[in-house]
Amino acid sequence: MRKRVAFFLAALVSALVVVLGMGASAAQADGESIFGFLFQTKKAERVAYPGVQITVKGPKGFSDKATSDKTGKWSVDVPGPGTYTVSIDTKALPKGVNLTDESKKSLKVPVLVDQDKPVLFPLGKSTRVVESKWSQAAQLIAEGFRFGLIMALAAVGLSLIFGTTGLTNFAHGELVTLGALLTWWISTGNLPFLPDFGGLQFFPAAAIALVLCGLFGWANDAWLWAPLRRRGTGLIAAMIVSIGLGIFLRYFYLYLFTGNTRQYPDYQGAKGIDIGPISLASVDYWSMAVAIVVLLGTILALQKTRIGKATRAVSDNPALAAASGIDVDTVIRVVWISGAMLAGLAGVLLGLAQGINFQMGFQILLLIFAAVTLGGLGTAYGALVGSIVVGMFISVSTLWIPVELKNVGALGILIVILLVRPQGILGRAQRVG
Amino acid sequence: MDWSRIIINALEASIGLQTVVFALAAIGLNVHFGYTGLLNFGQSGFLAVAAYGLAVTVATFDLPMWLGILIGLAGAVVLALLLGIPTLRLRADYLAIVTIAAAEIIRLTVRSVTFESTFGGSDGRQAFAGGFYDLNPYPVREYNIGNFGFNERQMWILTVGWILVALSCLVVYLLMRSPWGRVLKAIREDEDAVRSLGKNVYAYKMQSLIIGGVLGCLGGFVYALGQASIQPDIFGTDTTFFAYTILILGGAARVGGPVVGAMIFWVILSLSDNILNEAIDAGYISKSLISTTQVGQFRFMIVGLLLMLLMIFRPQGIFGDRREIALDAR
Repeated sequence: MRKRVAFFLAALVSALVVVLGMGASAAQADGESIFGFLFQTKKAERVAYPGVQITVKGPKGFSDKATSDKTGKWSVDVPGPGTYTVSIDTKALPKGVNLTDESKKSLKVPVLVDQDKPVLFPLGKSTRVVESKWSQAAQLIAEGFRFGLIMALAAVGLSLIFGTTGLTNFAHGELVTLGALLTWWISTGNLPFLPDFGGLQFFPAAAIALVLCGLFGWANDAWLWAPLRRRGTGLIAAMIVSIGLGIFLRYFYLYLFTGNTRQYPDYQGAKGIDIGPISLASVDYWSMAVAIVVLLGTILALQKTRIGKATRAVSDNPALAAASGIDVDTVIRVVWISGAMLAGLAGVLLGLAQGINFQMGFQILLLIFAAVTLGGLGTAYGALVGSIVVGMFISVSTLWIPVELKNVGALGILIVILLVRPQGILGRAQRVG
Repeated sequence: MDWSRIIINALEASIGLQTVVFALAAIGLNVHFGYTGLLNFGQSGFLAVAAYGLAVTVATFDLPMWLGILIGLAGAVVLALLLGIPTLRLRADYLAIVTIAAAEIIRLTVRSVTFESTFGGSDGRQAFAGGFYDLNPYPVREYNIGNFGFNERQMWILTVGWILVALSCLVVYLLMRSPWGRVLKAIREDEDAVRSLGKNVYAYKMQSLIIGGVLGCLGGFVYALGQASIQPDIFGTDTTFFAYTILILGGAARVGGPVVGAMIFWVILSLSDNILNEAIDAGYISKSLISTTQVGQFRFMIVGLLLMLLMIFRPQGIFGDRREIALDAR
């Protein structure tokens, strides 16, 4: 356990070094380079590893090598912005020292114009090998639970929209992305087309972003879906409209945000906290707490409040609900606003967990569909249960299958479930033919 | 602004490789969606199965091209069966979700490092089209009218491609005026009514899924042979939605709809790309607003908007008949 603490201290110190390094390099911004330090912190003392070779390969056949100096520093000047592959030759490291994650032997890094890009190879005892299957499983279950909670936030909104309007919203992933992008823009102050205002702290930024997401949900319904409903547009036509909207928004985000994956400025290189065999960063714990509180709040609201009961009534049978005096349009409007806010929150938390890019929402959209189908289309609680099951399944399955194929497994069970129990875990049986 | 180049590029796009590939994919979708009302969102999966069936057979296992094409066709039939068996008895949106998931499963599997020795990972497969170009009857030279034209390799693949498009249209035309085709249209309009007449709706839907998949997968072969290389990410969900946009643009449930749709679609994209590029080069549009690398993103935004606006204001497309588009199916 002490070694792991040492590793996290090392990671923290390296993160500090990286931040300081970036501050120092900002002053001399001219041309592009990639640099880093190779060291490990042992008993509060910094041990550097000189003489280790680093290879940088880039576009147009660029290739260069550097060797770390006495302080462990290495640096390579690159010809221009682009994506470079940085790899480390681990053979020159002393015995017993290796990468903490063997798969990170070679990293792909984007370099921007005039950027001195820091690259970190975390060194220490290779922790992955020593871990037993059980502690690995515990860690994966925890990570899967976190991912499941994030998906649940988005899935509940998707499911409520489906339940009340019958729309399978293929643009829901873009609502997720919007939350993350808005939070990033507001917290860095780099809003597109607007002058830089310096940025806000993460929490106020996220709060403003969620309000804007709610507004966007309102606009979605008020300007697009409500008029379409009034025209009597069919459900399949509406589904295709949502696909078009999704494509448009996704590439509009790409235009505004560029293709890079970024992190929130306040949460780079957070340190881990151990609970038993599980080790997650503090931000992971509180983002799980936020998700649980919000999900419980949503359940309570659906169960106890007037509008929540009305929502469930509309989900069940819109015509009957309208006949018994429920204002169906208001209910749908509220569902859109809250669904967009929930999706936005999912985006903010997902951004904390894995970074922000223009298609982060689209990438989890199919998994959300899998979760919603698993739970039963149109039932909010089913979506919640389904998300957590799918999240854990994806995470734990990496014990046996390669990480890159984990989503294949999840989409595979989606198909199998439709074979065995098409109405999902909590859905009602309904069949055609 | 070099308007002659813009127009020549647009003319070449109107009969070019992409047009052929997407016309074939959309003809397949037309059988699914236009005539039977099946929401297949995994058409890119059929293209991928065909292209990889051919490429892997020739490049990885060093077997003849004809065997590769047979394997690709068989793969498309098997995929249709796999997709159809669990979902064709369920509501339409289940088929949509399962087909899009299956197409992603195929893409993620062929691009994975685990199967790199077979499928080539994210670099895909190359060097499998030699057998096809050995059959090329066109002598080596440029075939030009003014600046408009193609080289002998493009002439060969375009000839084969357009013959396939014509044959596919003929097949669809003959099928749809047969009693079999009338049952498909009836299923689209009212499934329960057809069932009450004693027709086996499930079997008809399955046959439609297989025939549409096989027609669509021809697009995969044409793409693979025309580019002489394939990468997994070509077969992403965007490809399917391009095909949907084309189908709806031309007019669903019309034999020629997908072909005309594909031609117009690629002319629009070529025009938007080239005009934007030229305008940026000439300084009409500030580089800080759109850089030349961002022009490609506008193509997707245009597709998204086009799909939305068509679906809202003219769901029957250019040639379709509004009464025939039963988009309100379950």
